Amino acid sequence: MIFRTFEKQELKKLFEILAAHNRIIGPVETGRDRDGRPVYAFADVTDYDDVELKYSITKLPAKRFFLPFKEDLSTFRIENDTWQKEISYNVDRPLIFFGLHPCDINALNKLDKVLLHSVYPMPYYAAKRENMFIVGMDCIPQPYCFCRSMGSDTALHGFDMFITDLGSRYFVEILSNTAFNFLKNIKTSEPGEDDHVLYMKVVAKRNNEFTRHVDTTDLTKILDMEFQSEVWKEWGDKCLSCGTCSSVCPTCYCYGVDETVDIDLKGARKTKMLHSCNLIDFAEVAGGHNFRPGRENRLKYRYYHKHRGFVEAFEESLCVGCGRCGESCLADITVPEVIDSIRGSGRNK
Amino acid sequence: MNPELKFTDVAAELYAPQKRKDDLKGFEYTYRAEITSIYPLTEMETLYRIQVVDPEERRRFAFTPGQFLMLEMPGIGEAPFSISSSPSIHGEVELCIRKVGNLTNFLPRVKRGTHVGIRGPFGTGFPMQNMHGQNVLLIAGGLGLVPLRSPIAYVMENRSHFRDVNIIYGTKNPSQLLFTYQYEIWRKDDIDIEIIVEKADKSWKGPSGLITDPLEDILSGRDSEYYHNTYAIVCGPPVMFKFVCNMLNEFHIPMQKMFVSLERRMHCGMGKCCRCNVGSTYTCLTGPVFDYWTVMNLKEAI
Repeated sequence: MIFRTFEKQELKKLFEILAAHNRIIGPVETGRDRDGRPVYAFADVTDYDDVELKYSITKLPAKRFFLPFKEDLSTFRIENDTWQKEISYNVDRPLIFFGLHPCDINALNKLDKVLLHSVYPMPYYAAKRENMFIVGMDCIPQPYCFCRSMGSDTALHGFDMFITDLGSRYFVEILSNTAFNFLKNIKTSEPGEDDHVLYMKVVAKRNNEFTRHVDTTDLTKILDMEFQSEVWKEWGDKCLSCGTCSSVCPTCYCYGVDETVDIDLKGARKTKMLHSCNLIDFAEVAGGHNFRPGRENRLKYRYYHKHRGFVEAFEESLCVGCGRCGESCLADITVPEVIDSIRGSGRNK
Repeated sequence: MNPELKFTDVAAELYAPQKRKDDLKGFEYTYRAEITSIYPLTEMETLYRIQVVDPEERRRFAFTPGQFLMLEMPGIGEAPFSISSSPSIHGEVELCIRKVGNLTNFLPRVKRGTHVGIRGPFGTGFPMQNMHGQNVLLIAGGLGLVPLRSPIAYVMENRSHFRDVNIIYGTKNPSQLLFTYQYEIWRKDDIDIEIIVEKADKSWKGPSGLITDPLEDILSGRDSEYYHNTYAIVCGPPVMFKFVCNMLNEFHIPMQKMFVSLERRMHCGMGKCCRCNVGSTYTCLTGPVFDYWTVMNLKEAI
């Protein structure tokens, strides 16, 4: 691993050099919420001054750039009794992600496991993922983040370069030769022993700032044991089945496919739309039988997929602990509370 | 150093396919196929014979009994269907389709010769070769006979490899019975077939009751040598699975010799959309055919 440090004003220079030739997505402030706190979003940025590098978290993850909520899988030209199918992966240029936090980088790493590195890799995702350049940025722990419990508070890979703010200057970890070459455009220096000490100090300070924790020990087994627990019913009664948690989740990738005929009747398209397992029709089959008719069945399934099924398949949870779902939930359902209650339900009996 | 990023074209040769399951281009690959025959079976179900158009692709398109495919009518929809025909015929499948949704209500209106798209075959099949030298119980409720017709065809084509073969088939009422014209042919091949309906009408001469009635009759007349050397394939509505599998279990049919085919509404068939997940298992990858041990370990399977 190669490390460098550079003066803070150099980052602007790097941004401007990259922005002159590439499309850059970064965190920007899009407004204020009712408490006056800034609301952040990932958006196209061309001016370095618009980038909010000290952002808390974005309401929505960056997934719309690599897992769009709606995208055409194919289009058809219809000719009498036959048709021609055309496929596009819906991407035409690389994207630079400037300032992704470790949770969002880890979300990509998790998505890679199922969408790239399993059978039937998904080209629509692969095409976008292969055309990403990621500049990671350290974050300020928020009261709702439990990423440290999920092992997602640091990113080990899945980025090109990762910047840590040492106060007076930036410390950068370089993982790709593309990043190494980009950095030749600005003034950097080899970190000295004092930089290492300072880096470790900054990291230790940040580690102490995580306040929200959740115990995931043996969670896969506990979820199986407590499958019939009354606790699920209680959460199901609160849940509105609106699917907000899925749309703000950086790792939710479930979808549905619909086909439509173009208005001129000469074409048709097959469209993939992200779905949510909390929506009522998620597990409905032909004829109307629904395998998860109740809200508690669907809410429970969501936890099963994230914290049991994915662990079974890939040795890690599908949750990065960013806390977006809890922050956005209209019924105030948060992941740490649900998991705590499932662990607790055994104890109360 | 030029700071402009290079665009990677994943469709280019950099990603030359090793096999279909790693092939990025294979993901949305559709075989163009022609509906060659439309055969109404009942008021609700029609049997479609579909043939892959390209001769080379037709030779390549092979499946095992129990697998499913995705049938697409561009602009109307795409849905999963069990393959209901002999696995020894390549590039041609029969699908028995009930009118229940967008696509399935549209299909009866198309004419012979129409082109559809098929993707697949997907999922696991029944391990027919492991059943050689064994007795086979094929138990179907309602539309469950559709996926069983493929292992039945396999058994007929390889009749000498099997000992006793019993089909037990039940529907709600006599008018829902499928493939009525084939029962005699199956019987002639020394396949015992018991038909039962839940609600008999005036025309019905056969027995009425639950599917577990004839099953119990068959099983209770046998000895442990039979139970230990019998494979069972069960397919039907969720409620039927419970009763039938419990009964098979009571007679000590080995769990790893009991197979079920689960129905879910797949949207991709390739372990991506999650619509078919049972608990946390993809029905499209690990199933739709599961042995009973696996099903017991799945939450909310049946």
